[in-house]
Amino acid sequence: MAVTAQSCPAPALTPTGTADNDPRLSRIFAAYTVSATFWLLFATAIGLLLAFKFGAPDFWAAKYLTFGRLRPIHTNGTFYGFASIALVGAAYYVTARSCGTRLYSTKLAWIGLWLFNIAAVAGTIALELGYNWGDLEYREWPWLIRLVFLAALLVTAWNLIATVARRTSEDIYLSNWYIVAGVLWTIVIATVGVLPWYQHGLGQVAISGYYMHNAVGMWFTPLALGLFYYAIPKVLNRPIYSYALGVLAFWTNLLFYPLLGGHHFLFSPLPWWLQTTAIVFSVAMLVPVWAGSANFLLTMRGRYHGRIESYPLAFLFVGVICYLVGSTQGTVEAFRSLQAIWHFTSFTVGHSHLTMYGFVAFAAWGAVYALLPLATGKNPGRLGMAVHFWLALVGVSIYVIALSIGGTMQGLDWVHKVPFIQSVVDMQPYYLWRGVGGILMFLSHIVFAWNVWRMTAGKPGDAASPIMDPSAGKEIVGKEVVA
Amino acid sequence: MKPMLAIFGGALAIYIVIVLLIAVGPAIDLSRTPAGPGVEPLTQLQAEGREVFAGNGCGYCHTQQVRPLPEDQVFGRPSAPGDFAYQTPELLGSERTGPDLTNVGNTKPSDVWQYIHLYDPRAVVPQSIMPNFKFLFRVVDKAPPGETAVPVPAQFAPAHGVVIPTQKAKALVAYLLSLKQTPIPGYSMNGGMGGMTSAAPSSAPAASAPATSAAAGGYSYDATKGQALFTANCSACHQTTGEGIPGAFPPLKGNAAVDNDDPALHIHTVLHGAHGVTIGGVKYTSVMPPFAGQLSDADIADIVNYERSSWGNHAKHVTPADVAAVRASGK
Repeated sequence: MAVTAQSCPAPALTPTGTADNDPRLSRIFAAYTVSATFWLLFATAIGLLLAFKFGAPDFWAAKYLTFGRLRPIHTNGTFYGFASIALVGAAYYVTARSCGTRLYSTKLAWIGLWLFNIAAVAGTIALELGYNWGDLEYREWPWLIRLVFLAALLVTAWNLIATVARRTSEDIYLSNWYIVAGVLWTIVIATVGVLPWYQHGLGQVAISGYYMHNAVGMWFTPLALGLFYYAIPKVLNRPIYSYALGVLAFWTNLLFYPLLGGHHFLFSPLPWWLQTTAIVFSVAMLVPVWAGSANFLLTMRGRYHGRIESYPLAFLFVGVICYLVGSTQGTVEAFRSLQAIWHFTSFTVGHSHLTMYGFVAFAAWGAVYALLPLATGKNPGRLGMAVHFWLALVGVSIYVIALSIGGTMQGLDWVHKVPFIQSVVDMQPYYLWRGVGGILMFLSHIVFAWNVWRMTAGKPGDAASPIMDPSAGKEIVGKEVVA
Repeated sequence: MKPMLAIFGGALAIYIVIVLLIAVGPAIDLSRTPAGPGVEPLTQLQAEGREVFAGNGCGYCHTQQVRPLPEDQVFGRPSAPGDFAYQTPELLGSERTGPDLTNVGNTKPSDVWQYIHLYDPRAVVPQSIMPNFKFLFRVVDKAPPGETAVPVPAQFAPAHGVVIPTQKAKALVAYLLSLKQTPIPGYSMNGGMGGMTSAAPSSAPAASAPATSAAAGGYSYDATKGQALFTANCSACHQTTGEGIPGAFPPLKGNAAVDNDDPALHIHTVLHGAHGVTIGGVKYTSVMPPFAGQLSDADIADIVNYERSSWGNHAKHVTPADVAAVRASGK
């Protein structure tokens, strides 16, 4: 394992930008991160309130605070407010640096940030006022507001593509494949989701199945993976293990992922072939997921000890593990026999938090901790990162484990045909533990906000540079060799 | 420029082709699914109620799709493609924190129950974790002409005045009561379902047939099963105490039809439901649904026997054969 050079078959581009550090790019990265942090705090505060309501349904049950209005505010706020803005901000930095050039247009990036925020604010207000046409998951905002989000995507795509076009190298680094393609795919998703002509009755069900999974897997996944491909080698100060594996994962993700949306409607009146296709490709997804995860883990090989030395790497590591575990779990959930137990239960809520939080949010945080200090020249405090990491990790673990066990019990209650209300009663302790996990998660976000403050406008902290000393790694490799 | 076109252009083009094949194409086709027998579009009031339903996010906890699985039998027959012809927006849902509502208009046909339940779910289902929707109601000193006050049980009612539904509550209840499955004789869905289909309910009379024949053999009253069936089917109105809700749903405790050695009226009511009956000098306007179509003779015998031997009632037990006899004598 001490031999590293031969194990990189592809002409691995070390992602080190050659352009001077661009203060305008740093300001954009910082502004996107700060904006995303506000959305994180807001949307997860709502999430915590929702978790509380499972135990106290009459608490704040007034019109504007009723569960069913706040729930889509939480999901859309975390998706399109927090995750989207955080990932795009980091993506701008990664694209410009890995292409060794300046961002094509600072102005377009600012316009994009405004559009993302206008859409998220207007969407939140609309849902609060009860303008939710059909509880269609992750596209609850009125169509006009979703067009504003689409405009933000178009501006982002334009800016990213023009930046890649100005690159100084012949090759396009893998991160940009995922990032640019992810934005282009999402433009298609947003367009398909908003056009009305083929969305009547069951036709709309087919689009819902497609939309709710593609909005996750063709938007958040490729952007987060694009950040992994840059941030992990950067932090470790070594090239990605295999360029070819990354390319394989890219094309297989493209071919398999779009086809699995129907697994949200197994046993529904959707055509049988559509459901079976979705199951087949849910299994096929193991190829890109394992190829991608293996690539990241092999890049970290011999440096696992470094996770404890470096919190940016620790965040990225948890992100990779949750990508692997969460996606594999998704494949298993798509089997009819298991779906018969888990579908409609809280198990699926656990799954969505394992993936959207354990994978996507940890990837975004890892990228911010790894790259924002390089952009702004300000490090956060080491303690601050540690507290954020452990609160978030313990919190989401409690959350996911509680809902996975509870959801299974709920499903088995139904299979055993006990009166329905019994499944509600049986879930109570698990709802409580979900809330406990949620409190830890929310507290970690406050610490994250403090860390972001120190990396941007505030007084820098005492953490070392996110880029690890390569010699430290060699020592460990040496020890392993001796052992 | 060349690698950019190959990677980004290629990835976009392939994606668009896949999306047209897997999503847009099938959606165009499925949008033309004809309505099933007896499936009607919503009235204006019901459509208004659907907006209240979606706008307040009811669909996040309540599905509207019955799967061809044994565990879904309690919610009705498996959903058929034709059921959704007029369902735009679709409200199939992805979570069942609360029960499925596909057929709630048939299983909870009483608007009074729906109003009390929306005003305070715990007034009728003590363990419920559904939020109250008091903001859909007004509290006034006296019901204005043409309005009927909701008979909220005293301990859940406001200290002063009476509860009146707003227009939005009326629309929502009209929508909920419109959610009724229409029968499709001999229907079972998705032929390729393998082992799962065999467990799917085909039609109610077939389901009750084996139970009836089994009844000819030995029947012994199963108190646990009786209680479970009572909880699932009856307690929402008659309450676990058997005392009902004063003015809304009659008590079974000490009820002349229940605590009576002649079971005919008791069995008949469970089989065929009731409407506008007077019990103990009180006239009840709410509708009780019929259970003849969903429950076997043995199940009904268990429920009836549970009611006849609980809350101080001491009436003679019945057998599935008694239920079959009343069933055979018709409405």
